[in-house]
Amino acid sequence: MHAIRAEGLVKRYGRTTALDGVDLAAPPGTILGLLGPNGAGKTTAVRVLATLLRPDAGRAEVAGIDVLRRPERVRDLIGVTGQYAAVDEDLSGQENLVLIARLLDLSRAAARHRAGELLARFELTEAARRQVKTYSGGMRRRLDLALSLVGHPRVLFLDEPTTGLDPRSRGEVWSMIRALVAEGTTVLLTTQYLEEADRLADEIVVLDQGRVVAVGTPSGLRAKVGGQTLDVRPADPSDTDAVAKIVAEATGSRPAREGGLVSAPIEPGRSATVALATAARRLEADDVAVTELGLRLASLDEAFLALTGRGAGRPEVEK
Amino acid sequence: MRPLKTVPEEGERAGRHRPLRALRQGFTLAWRSLLKIRHSPDQLLDLSLIPITFVVLFTFLFGNAVAGNWHAYLRYVLPGVAVQALVFSSMNTAAGLNSDVRSGIYDRFRSLPVARAAPLIGRVLGDVVRNAICLLVVLAVGAVLGFRPHAAPLSVLAACGLILLFSLSVCWPAALVGLLARSPESVGGFSFVLIVPLTFGSNVFVPTGQLPGWLQAWVRINPVTRLSDAARGLMLDLPLGRTVPISLLWTAAIAVVFAPLAVLAYRRRT
Ligand SMILES: Nc1ncnc2c1ncn2[C@@H]1O[C@H](COP(=O)(O)OP(=O)(O)O)[C@@H](O)[C@H]1O
Ligand SMILES: [Mg+2]
Repeated sequence: MHAIRAEGLVKRYGRTTALDGVDLAAPPGTILGLLGPNGAGKTTAVRVLATLLRPDAGRAEVAGIDVLRRPERVRDLIGVTGQYAAVDEDLSGQENLVLIARLLDLSRAAARHRAGELLARFELTEAARRQVKTYSGGMRRRLDLALSLVGHPRVLFLDEPTTGLDPRSRGEVWSMIRALVAEGTTVLLTTQYLEEADRLADEIVVLDQGRVVAVGTPSGLRAKVGGQTLDVRPADPSDTDAVAKIVAEATGSRPAREGGLVSAPIEPGRSATVALATAARRLEADDVAVTELGLRLASLDEAFLALTGRGAGRPEVEK
Repeated sequence: MRPLKTVPEEGERAGRHRPLRALRQGFTLAWRSLLKIRHSPDQLLDLSLIPITFVVLFTFLFGNAVAGNWHAYLRYVLPGVAVQALVFSSMNTAAGLNSDVRSGIYDRFRSLPVARAAPLIGRVLGDVVRNAICLLVVLAVGAVLGFRPHAAPLSVLAACGLILLFSLSVCWPAALVGLLARSPESVGGFSFVLIVPLTFGSNVFVPTGQLPGWLQAWVRINPVTRLSDAARGLMLDLPLGRTVPISLLWTAAIAVVFAPLAVLAYRRRT
């Protein structure tokens, strides 16, 4: 059985199609990474699965329970951390946690106990009695995460949990997510960071304009786009256009230019050595001098570019 | 013979106690509002500052002109100002609800087994407590200035109860405003347009008979006028006429009309 399963989800907002037939599946105890640029439909997908939004078409199940028919039972099993922190700024961290615990019918004493546990786990014990408005971005995120765990959810939805965090806080959130999964929780995590999906997810679904454009493990996705990239650096920057044309022909994909370096992933099915030889021959024939010419393994960034036909886009910083 | 009952499923079991659960969770969320007051009691000051200013200002500025001497005017104006203060404080319901709906907090509640109506119940219950404190402040300021209710304590309590009940019912149109408004600024504008004619277009500051004729028609039907008459009557042991039942009727009518509308807007917004 899948912990998370969605089939053919469609959601339209007027003329925008936020979800255009999305399928998702995650086995229990795994991390599913939903990767996509801003506006891809990640938040919409999370909101449908978390019972917050009804899709126009499609089915969704969480822990085998139909999200559309039995939302109240799904709510007993899930935790959600939205894209924007859902914490009460005027209350202390401890009060925020006790509030949620009390809403989940824990007794006063049990609520305080659970709050203490989570505060310790998320290293917020010292700040427990301070108002959340005095917290740093990282602390707020950790509290938000803690709040979604009060009811011991089996399935956790994390919508861009590290957007806007500095690298150190991001690393902290990552290790906390890993610890949860080690305990058996299933996590659906959305992100605009390729690195984050690469490091955390067991499986990645790449979403673009409401459509799934690729599914696979992080290494599988790299292999899918050829796995190798051709780099060429012309000696004279004015040759960049000519070089780009040659690289495009040799690799079969659109080259990216960055700081005088022209590079493109080699199209699946094409031999990397042939591509390299072709490029070398053409450069020789056209008499273009280069300072760098070589093959390397494609980065996930490039895999993403090849899949969506766009750059990964810098993540939006939280307001 | 009665059919054998099967074991109900979890969701149904929870559903059976839904009204009770909504109320219990409503109390928990009202506790949240009170925590906020405890963290920043200055918000009560904001709330009370307006009525305090009115009492002091109007008593000393217009007291002699309207009532002959300012002591008599204080007696006249204070019960009405208490009504006005609580109508003003309903702006808080609107602003608080608006900011909660726009933040992700209600989404969190909705992703948990929290009754749909609980946040709304919690907001209104919390505001009633806040209003009660606000009412005490107004009466305390009045007492310092020399306001002494002549009536029996029970009568004074009845007046307070009547005013609080009215403020509870005014919470609903305020909630509606908070839910319809797109931004906190528009909450402010919206509330102001509703509240000013209600509170100033009444006999709170000047007896109806001394107002210009064109205003009198509105002032007579204004529920705030009725409430003020009833509160004055109860606190000062004046003849009440039908002011109390009319006030209660207004209170009920406002709640009956606006509570369902607010719930409807709440469902659409969340
Ligand atoms: N409430 C809404 N009303 C109108 N359009 C919306 C709404 N929510 C999302 N959209 C649109 O749907 C698309 C997907 O949005 P979203 O799921 O938030 O993307 P992501 O989370 O991947 O950035 C976007 O084009 C967005 O503008
Ligand atoms: Mg999003």
